[in-house]
Amino acid sequence: MKKLIECEIGEVVQVVKLNAKDELKQRLISFGIMKQAQVEILELAPRKKTIEIKIGKMRLALRAQEAELIEVRDCE
Amino acid sequence: MNNPEIKACPVIAKHIKVALVGQPNVGKSMLINSVSNAHLHVGNFSGVTVDKTEVLFDYKDYNFTVVDLPGTYAFTDYTIEERVTKDYLCAEEYDIIINVVDSTNLTKNLQLTSELLTMSKKIVIALNMSDEADKEGISVNAKYMSKLLGVSCVKVSAVTKLGIEELINTVIKVYERPKLAPKLIFSEPVEEEIARIVWYLDKHKYESINSYRNIAINLLKSNKKTYEKLHDNPIWIELQPILIEASRHIELHHDSDDIKEAFAEEYASFNRGIVTEVVKQKKQEVKITATEKIDAVLIHPIAGIPIFLFFMWSLFQLTFEVGAIPMEYIDMFFGWFGDTIGATIANDDIRSLIVDGIIAGVGAVVLFVPNIIILFIGIALLESTGYMSRVAFLLDGFFHKFGLHGQSFIPLVTGFGCSIPAYMSARILKNDRDRLLTLFIIGFMSCGARLPVYVLFAGAFFGPEMAGNVLFIIYISGAMIGVIAAKVLKMTAFKGVEEPFVMEMPKYRLPSAKLIWHTVLTKTMMYLKKAGTFIAGASMLIWFLSNYPHNAILEEQYNAKIENAQNNSEKVTLTNERASALLEQSYLGTIGKFSEPIFTPLGFDWKMSVALQAGLAAKEVVVSTLGVLYSLGSDVDEENNSLVNAISKNISLPSAIAFIVVIMVYLPCLAASVVFTREAGGIKYFFYLLGFTSIVAYSLAFIAYNLAKILI
Repeated sequence: MKKLIECEIGEVVQVVKLNAKDELKQRLISFGIMKQAQVEILELAPRKKTIEIKIGKMRLALRAQEAELIEVRDCE
Repeated sequence: MNNPEIKACPVIAKHIKVALVGQPNVGKSMLINSVSNAHLHVGNFSGVTVDKTEVLFDYKDYNFTVVDLPGTYAFTDYTIEERVTKDYLCAEEYDIIINVVDSTNLTKNLQLTSELLTMSKKIVIALNMSDEADKEGISVNAKYMSKLLGVSCVKVSAVTKLGIEELINTVIKVYERPKLAPKLIFSEPVEEEIARIVWYLDKHKYESINSYRNIAINLLKSNKKTYEKLHDNPIWIELQPILIEASRHIELHHDSDDIKEAFAEEYASFNRGIVTEVVKQKKQEVKITATEKIDAVLIHPIAGIPIFLFFMWSLFQLTFEVGAIPMEYIDMFFGWFGDTIGATIANDDIRSLIVDGIIAGVGAVVLFVPNIIILFIGIALLESTGYMSRVAFLLDGFFHKFGLHGQSFIPLVTGFGCSIPAYMSARILKNDRDRLLTLFIIGFMSCGARLPVYVLFAGAFFGPEMAGNVLFIIYISGAMIGVIAAKVLKMTAFKGVEEPFVMEMPKYRLPSAKLIWHTVLTKTMMYLKKAGTFIAGASMLIWFLSNYPHNAILEEQYNAKIENAQNNSEKVTLTNERASALLEQSYLGTIGKFSEPIFTPLGFDWKMSVALQAGLAAKEVVVSTLGVLYSLGSDVDEENNSLVNAISKNISLPSAIAFIVVIMVYLPCLAASVVFTREAGGIKYFFYLLGFTSIVAYSLAFIAYNLAKILI
């Protein structure tokens, strides 16, 4: 089980668990980031401080510390 | 639609009030614009700086009021937009909801729709962006969708105006017929628990407007308001244990310990089901979209930031250079206007009040308007094209280290020109805390009005070659102090759980010129109305304090001396001395002298204290006040040699350094403070700012003064 922040550009992974709490968790869910959701890593900001992912049709930006809390696994 | 002959008779016309709800970037504003060209009211939701747009129009024999609610992804309680929208939908009176949905992204948009279905209100779904859906090969079966959801769905396109009339007709139809229950079904375990609760509510004949089913769902979702309502009811004793069991049961089914997450997954499967039935996507080769192509350049890890800096530089050049042109005319106009009116007033006092007080005050307000307009057009462009979120993406890493947000960049940099548009542009920060923190820090970015003071003092104590560097050091120190202050505030006053950054990067869109102009116009009008009245009032106060009390004896003495003057230059000298003496004994002067002891530890004499306090009204006033106090008249500027000499002779270097530190840090001018108060959302924030800047200014100046005394 790896974290979202550990992925490279172009990887497609599936969300397994959200370790975030309260507000952040609700926020992630409201964007569709929940169990079984599939995301693709698109871009990384300088020093990997911010990452851009694609979920469904949407492109989202997350802080590294937020991506740290999302557990994912590779998609077959 | 806007046929002038079809006007509803105000006497017999029926009224339909519509709440327009949708996620951000679905084209709600476009839709509201295409529905009616007339009667757009823009205001604020009470108590918050969130815009509320209302459209009024007539159709057939109905009066329509459409209230545009802020875009929100879902109904959590966290951002101000979500709260405002949720509160409105639950508590206010309206007849029907129009849910605007992006047809090209139904899965995402249904997240909000499914929550709306639990609200027991009449709904119509507007499947917007149908034109884009067609282009992308997406077909949505609106009829089938209406059947599955139990809610009328209409395909529209705000851009091509397709389906607008059908939408309004459907709204009328739904309004006129009784409410139908939407057909949202959950998974078996959840439906079981809902049935159980409904049975209890029925058994106790619980009275309510909302259906038992909806109450049950709200209870299971841990909806605060529903809990509160039922908590005081005797039925609660039986219900509570049932609810606890039910939550556990549902959470188990979803392998989660969070009922909200469980319900989110429930809604998600329901939505997935709908989309599978209703949306057909034509196989398209995976083309790289325009957005992706543009992003490859704009958020390129190396080129991204320089490109952005270039855009910002251009925007500021435009704002302050192009903006300066009308500013000159406005200045001239008010000067001329003041003189002309002044000439018609005989009474000295009234003339002074009107010309120096009111007209000057109002002029100062209007002066900023060109800057504000240009800056806002720039920001509106950045936002509506979608570029703003790319900015946040690039810069957040750096800004976040200091507790700020990537989007804080624009308000902070604007502050180097003028704090007023900077405060207003802080609205691009959606999170309350991020916005508030940024507002507090903007004052540290030395605005243009402080430049004359810096130039004057730099010129007085350092040679021309050094002066430029000194200026640079002053600006950089200000910014650094600001950034450190942000970090400190973040660890103390703004401490707490961080707000999420997670943010959508929307598709790039061509902005609608009409929409942008509209947004800018309304923001500018609000500035003129609210800030204007306060600023004008405050200018009058300062005018009063510096001109009264009149001292007839003093004036006579000087007037006599002036009459007896030998030549013009002596006349001028005496006139200036008179101004100085009068100011010294005016209220403002008295306050300055009275407050001198406070400032002695910083090395200021009473003249500097007076200038400092006059600077609270407007920073430009500091130089002219010093001019008057050193008997050089008020027309001097920072380049005037006599003033420069007077400064260098009468003020020690350590005092000068302390003075500059105070100017760098203390409260922004009155006009800016008024705007700050409004943007921060309450007078208490103004007092926090006052306290904060005063303490920081005083301490830093004290340290600087004493340090300088030792080192120099």
